This record gives sequence, C-alpha cells and structure tokens, in this order.
Amino acid sequence: MMNKFKKIIFSVLFSLLIIGNVNADKIKIGTEGAYPPWNSKDASGKLIGFEVELAYTLCRYIGQQCEIVEQDWDGMIPALIMRKFDAIMAGMSITAERQKAISFSQGYADEVASLAVMKGSDLEGMDTPEGINLTLGGSGVKKTLKTLTGALAGKTVCTQTATIHQNFLESGDVGKINLRTYKTQDEVNLDLASGRCDVALAAAVAFTDYAEKSGKPVVLVGPTFSGGAFGNGVGVGIRKDDTELLKAFNKAIEKARKNGDISRIATKWFGFDASM
Amino acid sequence: MDLELMINSFPKLLNAAVITLKLLSVSLIIGLFIGLFFAILRLNKNIFINRFAYGYSYVFRGTPLLVQIFIIYFGLGQIEYLRSTVLWVILKEPYWCAIIAFALNTGAYTSEILRSAFQTIKPGIIEAGKSLGISSKVIFYKIQIPIAIRQSLPAYGNEIILMMKGTSLASTVTIMDLTGVAKYIISTTFKPIEVFIVAGGIYLFMTFIIHNVIKFLEKKYSFN
Repeated sequence: MMNKFKKIIFSVLFSLLIIGNVNADKIKIGTEGAYPPWNSKDASGKLIGFEVELAYTLCRYIGQQCEIVEQDWDGMIPALIMRKFDAIMAGMSITAERQKAISFSQGYADEVASLAVMKGSDLEGMDTPEGINLTLGGSGVKKTLKTLTGALAGKTVCTQTATIHQNFLESGDVGKINLRTYKTQDEVNLDLASGRCDVALAAAVAFTDYAEKSGKPVVLVGPTFSGGAFGNGVGVGIRKDDTELLKAFNKAIEKARKNGDISRIATKWFGFDASM
Repeated sequence: MDLELMINSFPKLLNAAVITLKLLSVSLIIGLFIGLFFAILRLNKNIFINRFAYGYSYVFRGTPLLVQIFIIYFGLGQIEYLRSTVLWVILKEPYWCAIIAFALNTGAYTSEILRSAFQTIKPGIIEAGKSLGISSKVIFYKIQIPIAIRQSLPAYGNEIILMMKGTSLASTVTIMDLTGVAKYIISTTFKPIEVFIVAGGIYLFMTFIIHNVIKFLEKKYSFN
C-alpha cells in the first residue's frame, strides 16, 4: 500500500519536473503591467503596451521564445535577482543606484518626466522654461529649481515608490516637501484627482494617458525633466552574472533600432518617437 | 546576508514601529467602544436592532481588511460630493482613513467576542444580584460587564495580535508604518530578505509583549 502511494507521489513530482523543464529555455521577462503606455493590461487582463510588443520583437531577433510575466513594481529588482525572471522591461530608467544591483542593456527608449496638477490649481502657469536637463546644469537649471522649490513648499507631492521621480524629489533639489509615495501610478492618479495630492510627478505620458482615458482635467505644469536623477533612458535590466543574455539583448536592440522597429512601436504606443 | 544593512535599518524600523503602535492603540480604543456598543445591541430583543448589529459584524468580518481600507481610502475619495463636506478634512488624511478602517474592523470582531462573553454569564449570578435587591442597571454595569470583559480576555488578546499584524496594511495607503518603512528601505537597497527579517523580528517582539500582558491580566483576574 505504502509502495503504491510512494509511486504516485514520485510520478506526480516527476511530471511536474518535466513540465517545469519545458519552459526552461524560454527567456522570462518581467514587467509591471500598470504603467501605460509603457506596459499595461487590456480589459481581459492580457499584458499590452510598448514594452510588451518590443519584448517579443527583441526575442525574435535573439532567436529564443519569450514569456512575459507580471511583477509588482516595488519588488521588480529583488525578483530579478531571485531568478523569478531573467530580464526587466518595465519602463525602468538606467540609474547609478540601480546599476549597483543589476546591469542594464543600452537604452531603447527615453521620455521626459513632468509635474501634473488638476485644472484650477494655483501651481498652473508657473514661470519656468519648457524643459531642463539636470546633467547639463547651468544657471537656467538652478533658477528653475529655485522657482520650483518656492512653488512646492508646503505642498503634498505624490509619486510612485522606488522610481527616479521619488529619487529626484528626495534629492533636495526642490527643498523640503511633503512627499507621499504609492505602490502604483494608478493610485497616484486617483489621489491626484481626489485632491489628496496637490501635485504629482511621473513620466509625462503617464499623466496624458490618464487624462485621455479618464476624462479628468489633469494638466502638466512646470518644466519637463531629464538627466541627473532621471537617469539615462530606459533599458533592459539583467542580472549581473548573466553576461551572455546582456550581450544578446544589446545586439537585438541594435538590430531593432537599425530596422526601425523601435521607432515604429514607440510611435504606435506613445504617439511620438520615444526611441533612443 | 548583509549584516551591516540589518544593523543600519534597525533604528529606522524601530522608529516606524512607534507609528504601528500608535495606529494599533488608537484603533483598538475606538474599536473597543464600537464593539461594546454593538455587543449590547446584539443582546437586544428587538429584531431590527439585533439584525442591524449582526449585519455590521457580518459585513466587516466577511470582507478582507485590505478591501475595507481601499474602499474607505480610494473609494470614498472618488465621491465628489463628499469632498466638499466637512468629512473630507478627516478622509483626506491617509492616517485617519486607516484608523477608521481598523476601528470598524476590530469593532466587529470585538462585538462578537463580547456578545459571546455576555452569553456565557450564568443566569444564577444575575439572579443572585436581583435577590439582593440590586437594580438591573447596576447588575449590568457592575456585574455583567466586568465578568464579560474577563471572559473575553483570551479571545480579545488574539484579536489584538491579529490587529497588530493587520496594521501592516496601512502601508498600502502611503502610511510609513513598520512595513511601509521596510518597503522603502528595500526600494533603495533591493535586499528584501534582510530588511523583512528585521521588521518581522520587531513584529514578533511586539506580539511577545502583548501576549504576556494578556496572560498576566488573565491570571490576575482569574476566578480561582
């Protein structure tokens, strides 16, 4: 009796092992599925967006099958390190801080950050240049940051947790603010609309996408941001010891760029060419 | 294992544990009053009052605490009318939204604990009071309530510990409690195991204290 029982258990475990192995040669790519238009989900729960489409294109160039898996943003890098998947494509900007933990491929897209408020806010009509690059610096940038410091003083500023936007708001460049961080961009949008947040910071397209889909009067204010804490474009995150995969992705991105695939997919999802 | 990170994050997490304890104690105090109120309603013979109290505890015990927080925080925030009322002063703050959710939740459980404690009081005790000519009001406040509280201590101790762990959900509405700060440290160090072990250790220590306080009270007020 016991023997039979053992046999059943053993065969079940064995078949699980085989099933597990079928997927072993697929590249698993982690994405958030909650940051449109970079990556999101359609009504049926299927992952869609710029990076989902780009991931399948890159895998075709690499010549391997891919599987895209969903992962909450705040656990993205730990999940990569713990081998839940092999690569991150989740609108993750290349920053020095993240590069201490993981490697990045060359950037495939870049896109500016912006502050947003609800229509009628007293922050509307701030006197700033259209965009500032924190890496370039200069007196113009300094003056703009000073204007922002004054405007944001005492305001509740909201942003998604563990993002370049949080890094910037904590850098002290805009003085001491009342910062609130959220697990997802959706929640930031909800609290911006409800009035709990006076102003929010994220990728500019995240706000325009929300304004378009929800019909809420969300407007961009102040300059657009790039450089410095905002990193050097968005790349594929890969484990440090996975040098083979890093090479493969770099080659694939190179090819996809030359063939115009990245531009085409970016234009389709962003409405403008965000490729780099 | 990054021991240095564990040692460095310990004081930050300990500070955050103060927020956790604040959330816990405020919601427990409010919840105890809510619970007592609804337990008394449950003992009422009027079927409407009884059903109303039962409905309250049924809804709050039958839905996840996370859903309750989200409905109160994100759900009520969507109602435009509410935003123009005085209520918004309270509902605007994540801290008070969490307190409301926790208090209503623990209130529902507490009402059930107290109700069953009231029902275990032997009729002989009440009859003894009556035969001594004590009014039923005094019997209720001086005999029934103290006995019910003593009877419910073990179950209520469990509820406190459950609620203490439940406060970790406050981090989902931007509150920097113990779990919130742990997540924040992880978001910059990318090392969840080390930080969560320290945070878990602090939770465990708080459970240890609560458990022993309840045990002491049980002994002190035992009938033997």
